[in-house]
Amino acid sequence: MTLADILAAVVFVALNAYAVLGGADFGGGVWALLAGGLRKERQRDLIAHAIGPVWEANHVWLILAIVLLFTGFPAAFARLGILLHIPLSLVLIGIVLRGSAFTFWRYGGEADAQQRRWGVTFAVASLITPVLLGITVGAVASGAVSGPRAPDTVFFAVYVAPWLTPFALSVGLFALVAFAFLAAVYLTLEAEDTELREDFRRRALSAGVALLGAALLVLALSGVGAPRVRAGLILAPWAVPLHLVTGVAAVAALVALWQRRYGAARVAAAALVSLILWGWGLSQYPYILPPDLTVTGAAAPAATLRLLVGALALGAVVLLPSLYYLFRVFKGRPTA
Amino acid sequence: MSDLLAARSQMGVSLAFHIIFAVVGIAMPVMMVVAERRWQVTGHAIYLDLAQRWAKGTAILFAVGAVSGTVLSFELGLLWPEFMRFAGPIIGMPFSLEGFAFFTEAIFLGIYLYGWDRISPGAHLAAGGIVALSGAASGVFVVVANAWMNAPAGFELVNGQAVNVDPLAAMANPAALPQAIHMTLAAYAATGFAVAGIHALLLLKDPANAFHRRALAIALIVGAPAAVLQPISGDLSARHLARHQPVKLAAAEALFQTRAGAPLTLGGWPDMDRRETRFAIDIPSGLSLLAFHDPGAVVKGLDAAPRDEWPNVPAVHLAFQLMVALGTYLALVALWAGWRAWRGADLAHDRWLLRAIALATPLGFIAVETGWMVTELGRQPWVIYGVLKTADAVTPMPGLIVPFLTFTLLYCFLGVIVAWLLYRQILRSPEIPEWRGFYMPVDSRGSRKGEGA
Ligand code: HDD
Ligand code: HEM
Ligand code: HEM
Repeated sequence: MTLADILAAVVFVALNAYAVLGGADFGGGVWALLAGGLRKERQRDLIAHAIGPVWEANHVWLILAIVLLFTGFPAAFARLGILLHIPLSLVLIGIVLRGSAFTFWRYGGEADAQQRRWGVTFAVASLITPVLLGITVGAVASGAVSGPRAPDTVFFAVYVAPWLTPFALSVGLFALVAFAFLAAVYLTLEAEDTELREDFRRRALSAGVALLGAALLVLALSGVGAPRVRAGLILAPWAVPLHLVTGVAAVAALVALWQRRYGAARVAAAALVSLILWGWGLSQYPYILPPDLTVTGAAAPAATLRLLVGALALGAVVLLPSLYYLFRVFKGRPTA
Repeated sequence: MSDLLAARSQMGVSLAFHIIFAVVGIAMPVMMVVAERRWQVTGHAIYLDLAQRWAKGTAILFAVGAVSGTVLSFELGLLWPEFMRFAGPIIGMPFSLEGFAFFTEAIFLGIYLYGWDRISPGAHLAAGGIVALSGAASGVFVVVANAWMNAPAGFELVNGQAVNVDPLAAMANPAALPQAIHMTLAAYAATGFAVAGIHALLLLKDPANAFHRRALAIALIVGAPAAVLQPISGDLSARHLARHQPVKLAAAEALFQTRAGAPLTLGGWPDMDRRETRFAIDIPSGLSLLAFHDPGAVVKGLDAAPRDEWPNVPAVHLAFQLMVALGTYLALVALWAGWRAWRGADLAHDRWLLRAIALATPLGFIAVETGWMVTELGRQPWVIYGVLKTADAVTPMPGLIVPFLTFTLLYCFLGVIVAWLLYRQILRSPEIPEWRGFYMPVDSRGSRKGEGA
């Protein structure tokens, strides 16, 4: 393992954390949009209370990933910025609207029509942003974010075609469903009375089934859309064990939900999403942007990498206890 | 509008927007913590009210700061990929450290805002203190990165490639210290005077209001010392410019000719064709004295650089004049208030002083924006001074006017909403009990229905 590999792994860990923590915050927005039935307002309240204290911290994982990416792999960052300008700009608009709308919704003051509109803005932005995030991941996995183009290539071919593909869109859908699934599972733990908990248990179960459907769709489209990833996922020596573990996590999550063992369901659901992410990452290794830019090829000079890894180790000493404290204060209560 | 201009405008708008929230995020937690500490010491509920209102304001502003900062970190790649390709490995370090500072800030802000009834008073106060510290640290780190763009260090240039990269030496660039000091002071001065100004205005209407009197005192404690120190630190910055970025200083001072005993130019309009500054008041040898502490020293003028390496002189000059004028005003008001307080006067009944403070409400922020104009416009046409031209750093993506307009509209919209929300918060009388419930949810969830608080 080289320093560049270690750093790439850390970037991936940050993305992973963003997916299972920040992703669930997006998922919460989805359920706020879909809230219904007798307990509509209480569902929304629960979601807001669950997200409130942690969303900023969850959000920083994305920033950490970006910062490490441009420090450690500037060539990859530059290329992403050029070729995925459009979807990334849209992601940003979604992030801005979601974060500010959530805050205005919760801190705005009186409960009036204005507030309701912020609630809706928050929810809609939560719906769109994960799709766009998934699309960018899909575009990278498909190998379309590839190196130098002739300067006279048409706009569409350079700036739109890489991400506007069935495969990338299916990954977008998958991300949305995965985030909604995570959120519903976590919310079963947040709920303090049985009725609400049952509401989210039902939602989690249906989202779990939808997730399997979305996964199959991605898999079906990957033959044409992302042959490298597909080949990796089938042929690599780690492929079979990974599939087995992923399958176990999926089944465990659904069974635990069915049996109302919510703590176990939370662990299994987070593991499931993480495993799928790592499957993607491993299958495209050693490329950071397939088909031509490798982790080593994109890496910054060794002096930078050494310092960065050192700073990460030091930062972790501050960060991990603080994060632990945050989650203990707000998420550590036993399910009554 | 050319794509380059659109990109520059988008970057400028994003930063000008973000800096407001960044500045508040640095200074507001300090006030919050001082108020909470006063509450713990004195037991006066009014201080608790203050701490909680300021915390609420901080929560709103922090969220907008966080999302607009996220936009910035992406925009570095979306708009300036070639800059990042070159600079990422060299100045990524302060950005990464900043990332950790953000993390700490976000974590403890969450604990502070939502933890009133969940952790001990001591732990709660400490959480606020950590927010204040990490806020200042994130500001310093990002300014260090910006300082490197002004005074690049820590690498060697061989055939347009950076070799022998040394990120620590890059962080220790000569602009880092003056800029970091000046920026941090600016945050305290601008926020302190903005808050003091609002409460001074309300005191003019209602001088007996105990709430506003205490708020004014705390805001001045944070803002006034910084405002007094700011001109001194500005002088440090100017002397740094004289040595390392002479063209920027020449533009700021509208000094066209290199000369010994250069005058300090107040006001005036730089006439680019005639290469002279008209309608200005000159203080003989003033600039030489300030920049080198020697009335006879030679100060480089714009003629030291080729014409195509000049920044937009009128804009930089105007921005600089404005900042210095505002800085002088804030420092004088701060001294006045300090002197009155020292003499034991009751500030809340000194109507002229209150008026002067009320007038200062927006001025610190205007000084921050114009100061950044000096720094950023004054660096043009370079993005990395003397190394990389802005025009060579921009993305090849066409049609950049679209994202520029989109983000500008988005920010205008957000700006209006935030202003409206804060206005609503402030106009609300502090005696209303229900907003308290929002931050001290005794039985927490379930009991309160519906949206919002
Ligand atoms: C409350 C805000 C505020 C106030 C009162 C002042 N400044 Fe300032 N100034 C800033 C806020 C600011 C800033 C926005 O924070 C800048 C932009 C970059 C930086 O480091 O600080 C800045 C930049 C800046 C620069 C350019 C530094 C560079 O490009 O490297 C100079 C020379 C000065 N200032 C000088 C002064 C002087 C002589 C002042 C005397 C009154 C003064 N400033 C008051
Ligand atoms: C928050 C205060 C800041 C403000 C208000 C500000 C303002 C601006 C403005 C107006 C421009 C456009 C200049 C022009 O092209 O004429 C600009 C450009 C730019 N700024 Fe700043 N800036 C700030 C801080 C920073 C910091 C801290 C960084 C990086 C660490 C930074 C990085 C850049 C870059 C990369 C550009 C584009 C290249 C260029 O035009 O030189 N800025 N900024
Ligand atoms: C001089 C200019 C700047 C200063 C002083 C500054 C300072 C700050 C501060 C204090 C915060 C904390 C949030 C808040 O309190 O509102 C913040 C947020 C943020 N800033 Fe800036 N910043 C500056 C420019 C930039 C630039 C150029 C970037 C992009 C690279 C950036 C990226 C961010 C990000 C990503 C966040 C969000 C962190 C979070 O989620 O907590 N900032 N900034």
